[in-house]
Amino acid sequence: MAPIKNISRRHFLKNMGLASGGLILATSLSSFSHLTEDHLKKETFNPNLFIELLPDGRLILVASRSEMGQGIRTSLTSVIADEMEADWSRVTVKQATGNAIYGDQNTDGSKSVRNLYQSMREMGATAKAMLISAASKTWKVPETECVAENHFVIHTSGKKIGYGDLVSTAITLDIPDNVKLKSSKDFKYIGKELPSIDIHDIISGKAIFGLDKRVPNLKFAAIKRCPVTFGTVKSFDKTDVLKIPGVIDVIEVPRIIKPFGALGGVAVIATSTWAAFKGKEALKIDWDYGANAEYTTNTFITELTETVQKPGKVNKSKGNIDQAFTKGDKLIEHTYQLPHLVHTPMEVPNAISWVKDGTCEVWAPLQTPQAARKEVADYLGINQEKVTVNVTLLGGGFGRKSKPDYVVEATILSKEIQGPVQVVWTREDDIQHSYYHTTSAQYLKASLDNSGRVTGWLHRLALPTIKSTFQPGANYPLGGEIGSALNVPYDIPNMQFETGKADAHLRIGWLRSVVNIPNAFCINVFSDELAYEAGIDPLEFRLQLIGSDRIEKTKEKFKYDTAKLKHVLKKAAKNAGYGNSLPEGHAIGLAVHYSFFSYVAAAIEVSIVDNKVKIHNVNMVIDCGVVVNKNSVRAQMEGAVIFGLSLAYYGNISTTNGQVEQNNFNDYKIIRMPEAPKTHVEIIESESAPTGVGEPGVPVIAPALVNAIFKATGQRYRSLPLSKHGIV
Amino acid sequence: MITLNINGKNHEIDADPSMPLLWALRDIIGYTGTKYGCGKGLCGSCMVLMDGNAVNSCLMPISAMQGRALITIEGETENLQKLQQTWTDLNVPQCGFCQPGQLISATALLNKNPKPSEEDIDNAMARNICRCGTYQRIKKAIQNTAEIKIKQ
Repeated sequence: MAPIKNISRRHFLKNMGLASGGLILATSLSSFSHLTEDHLKKETFNPNLFIELLPDGRLILVASRSEMGQGIRTSLTSVIADEMEADWSRVTVKQATGNAIYGDQNTDGSKSVRNLYQSMREMGATAKAMLISAASKTWKVPETECVAENHFVIHTSGKKIGYGDLVSTAITLDIPDNVKLKSSKDFKYIGKELPSIDIHDIISGKAIFGLDKRVPNLKFAAIKRCPVTFGTVKSFDKTDVLKIPGVIDVIEVPRIIKPFGALGGVAVIATSTWAAFKGKEALKIDWDYGANAEYTTNTFITELTETVQKPGKVNKSKGNIDQAFTKGDKLIEHTYQLPHLVHTPMEVPNAISWVKDGTCEVWAPLQTPQAARKEVADYLGINQEKVTVNVTLLGGGFGRKSKPDYVVEATILSKEIQGPVQVVWTREDDIQHSYYHTTSAQYLKASLDNSGRVTGWLHRLALPTIKSTFQPGANYPLGGEIGSALNVPYDIPNMQFETGKADAHLRIGWLRSVVNIPNAFCINVFSDELAYEAGIDPLEFRLQLIGSDRIEKTKEKFKYDTAKLKHVLKKAAKNAGYGNSLPEGHAIGLAVHYSFFSYVAAAIEVSIVDNKVKIHNVNMVIDCGVVVNKNSVRAQMEGAVIFGLSLAYYGNISTTNGQVEQNNFNDYKIIRMPEAPKTHVEIIESESAPTGVGEPGVPVIAPALVNAIFKATGQRYRSLPLSKHGIV
Repeated sequence: MITLNINGKNHEIDADPSMPLLWALRDIIGYTGTKYGCGKGLCGSCMVLMDGNAVNSCLMPISAMQGRALITIEGETENLQKLQQTWTDLNVPQCGFCQPGQLISATALLNKNPKPSEEDIDNAMARNICRCGTYQRIKKAIQNTAEIKIKQ
């Protein structure tokens, strides 16, 4: 039997590059042994949990993060393959189950490449070093005479040996401590355009998303939930439901009062999804609407607007804002209003759970498989080791699939019916029972001196906080929700940032780009307004506001470099032909924002046709440090434009008496092809550590558009969506 | 029993005649490439070819599908296969969930109109939503496919 030492826990932890080693030390020994046993049976080379080389040369690389269209299954594994000098055509990607041994698996916050790039490189390089060592032992030649290239080790004499043939020797070796990483000029996959490893399955309909997973004897379930958040079932009548062909049972689902617990309601179990949906429609339920039945967004946004007119809690202050306002030659103040949004990934929330013999197996599209595992174990009262969470492909995530409430629902039902069940949310369920992007009112005030220089900047916002989902009653924002406004990199002597109180009446969650969306909107639009007040071109004005080249003080390990911020803005403007003469009636609007440690600018060219905005083109520029996959980065920027335009044009979740008014894609509209503009993307070449890509493109879109519309029409829109103003 | 001709093969199924084709495909026959996205004919994720035309299978009761030639994303027709190739060449998909529906709509477009203008493409594809926002690449892929076909 191969020695266990080459998968030693010490090296495993080291290669994981984990800061949270304590957690793993405390919990993972048993699961680690289990995995090694499985590996050893196959007599394969596993220098760590992410790499498995088979004697026939096939290379299995593990993706620990979830694939939701951002290309992560390809990106992370291609980094390993590059350092390992592996042949990409021999690689298959295995999706990790939810398990803390893989480190943090939360696929959100645009952090997968950012946090794992270095570890993946080291793992690949370690494997390569061991294969070279194995070859040198086989040939009895010094390692220095051997190089690795495209799945072979080659000796200076010209002889070569395939990676697969080195497995039996490599598994006897110790894992080296210090391995040399490649020079970036030698990268074969990193920085190139590898297509998604799943593309053939996707275009042929073979790709398995959560909804497509099937297991023997699977039943389907739909759940009717209370129209008002956290309302409960008083009574229900299932008589008509049970008459529907295919309906098997009707089961009440308890509310589980946890951040990712089930909302509760009444479930219909059936032999097909269709029968479950029909049964759900036929259910008659008497609800106790509970505490949120007064929530009407129209009233609420008025209240928030009043809140931000008054002094709030001061989160940050520099200079003397009151003095600046007293002395200012010109004072400008505006209030902006942004609505709730919802994710609507094309694949609705869904999960299969199968509770049997004191264990549970789950198949679901999940951004947070470990959270799902914990929730299931907690609900069933069993050890997490007894719960297997399989992560399927995600048909979009956007933050919705970070919240595994739908897995808890499936588990409740599987336990009841003693068999596997797939819970499927209807699109209406998805829109009406989500974890919503917050709504906010934001007040900005500035003073200008007589040369048009900004001397004072006050930003005050109020929004129902994500914190309320984890700590009911919380009514002031988290640091992460205000950071982008708090740290606006403006070179203004007097600045103050304040927050107002806001209660939550829906489940508040995170949606792609999170609070950067409203914050970037307000900062970019207000800055544009000030430029016109100052009588200075908006680009020039904005560059002045950012001021000198400097590193802003933040607590993060990534440096906030104002030169990079200005650079992407100037590039976007240049690429768009800003300042050149444009066709009659055309205008370009600009926006720039730093989020997820990346710098993104947008320039949008519009004109007005029949009183409606027409977008002619969008120019995006991103600086996200080292690029692992250019295709993915460009695709994320192209997609961010559409995501940003969808929310700018149409995005609005409204409630009356606690009930969400939108139903489906007819009234929660998404940009379609006829409205989709031509998009050009420039990626700044960089040697800096990689930063976020999935989210930072979205926040700049709405403000660049609103700024362009103002330039074209003189009309300033200070609230979204634009559809309510009749301009789209 | 209802007989459905899917991808050139007959399938006899015992199901509620009002069941939409989408669910018969997915839950009974096992063709899961056709997706549920909205259930109301609003998003196009469930598109299949019915006698060469793209239809929303979520709205089509199986009782009305007898005697029709149905092709799903798992099936084979000339235009679909050519489009799948250009889709690959241009790295069109992101999450990929809507792409079977997009490909079916594009196939139906090229079946009827081998040389679509940009406006023709916009009109034909307006029935399909892509939340990831791959429209620019979809459009380019359709244009490239049409050009390649014309050259051949």
